[in-house]
Amino acid sequence: MFGEYAGLLTEAIFTQNLALSYYLGMCSFLAISRRVETALGMGLAVTFVLTVTCPLNHLLYHNLLAKGALAWIPGAAEVDLSFLMLLFLIGTIAATVQIVELTIEKVSPKLYAALGIFLPLIAVNCAILGGSLFTIERDYTLAESTVFGFGSGVGFAVAIVALAAIREQLRYSDVPAALRGLGISFIVVGLMSFGFLALSGM
Amino acid sequence: MKASRREILLDPLFDNNPIALQVLGICSALAVTKQVATALAMCVAVLFVMVFSSLTISALRRRIPPDIRIVVELTVITSLVIVTDQVLKAYFFDISLRLSVFVGLIITNCMVMGRAESFAMRNSPFPSLLDAIGNSLGYAVVLLAVASVRELFGRGRVFGVVVLPNVSDGGWYVPNGLMELAPAGFLLIGCFVWLLRWWKPKQQEARDVR
Repeated sequence: MFGEYAGLLTEAIFTQNLALSYYLGMCSFLAISRRVETALGMGLAVTFVLTVTCPLNHLLYHNLLAKGALAWIPGAAEVDLSFLMLLFLIGTIAATVQIVELTIEKVSPKLYAALGIFLPLIAVNCAILGGSLFTIERDYTLAESTVFGFGSGVGFAVAIVALAAIREQLRYSDVPAALRGLGISFIVVGLMSFGFLALSGM
Repeated sequence: MKASRREILLDPLFDNNPIALQVLGICSALAVTKQVATALAMCVAVLFVMVFSSLTISALRRRIPPDIRIVVELTVITSLVIVTDQVLKAYFFDISLRLSVFVGLIITNCMVMGRAESFAMRNSPFPSLLDAIGNSLGYAVVLLAVASVRELFGRGRVFGVVVLPNVSDGGWYVPNGLMELAPAGFLLIGCFVWLLRWWKPKQQEARDVR
């Protein structure tokens, strides 16, 4: 029982890392990884949102949208609302993100300023929608989807902090002027994802 | 200082490219660039969603309460994506099969949301429309460039037309399997950014030494 969850957790953090194995959440991954400190803040925010939204969307899907979920209403046993799935998933995510945004603005204005437009953009961070879609696609139970959401968030945080650490070191190397900043980061991420490909046995 | 309409429309092509400078919409740029045809279909779908989401959000901008604006913006975008998906399924079934999951990905294309948040919420509908078209074209430039390279070296074709005859079909070219994997997408976009900034030195980032 416990081993199963531990396995799922390591899988979500390393071999099936959302950022480096599925290439989800790339925009904030590249834009917020300039400093380790802000990268850590972003990683924590994403972890929180994923841990909340994965189980929530799981409940929503299985109790409202899936075929037959409305069977308790007389005559509605055949209703299949799954075409509305994206709208519902995004709704939950956007509401959670908005709460996180309001909280960070109150608690840490400095982090709020550093995250800038990328804080509201967590809502459209594909990693988060991807996480919810994966929990539904792979038929996780409620407990499993919580573990998976948490693990994926940690995996994203690990990856973005690692990238930020590399970029901080890169500052002292002699990168060609036109490649400096974004260009070299793309190449670094490319090389990092080769490493993660190896983890899944390519 | 207000930017002229021409600037709003043409700047995103190279001077303020959504992918290469604003770092928006990268996930889909990696996912759909294995073949030119898929990339092109994706660009058209994005253009449609961008144009209508910008128009709608810009028209509603004074009525959207700032505290729940993300939810409102996403509802607009998601509805448009669902419409696009249904239209593709009804009239262009072939394309819809090829794009499948990627249409849903438009919702999480941060470019749509990013422009809604940073431009359409602050400007009237007409400039927002131009901004949407400009950014979609800037997105298309990068997508098509990367897709051409990946398809050429990954399969020896461009737009499905054989350019380098493969060994398996009796030609001489051995396809480079690396181009089919996503790391190649990262490396190519990196190189694209390199070329763009070498051409337009103004976009180069300053040395960041404390």
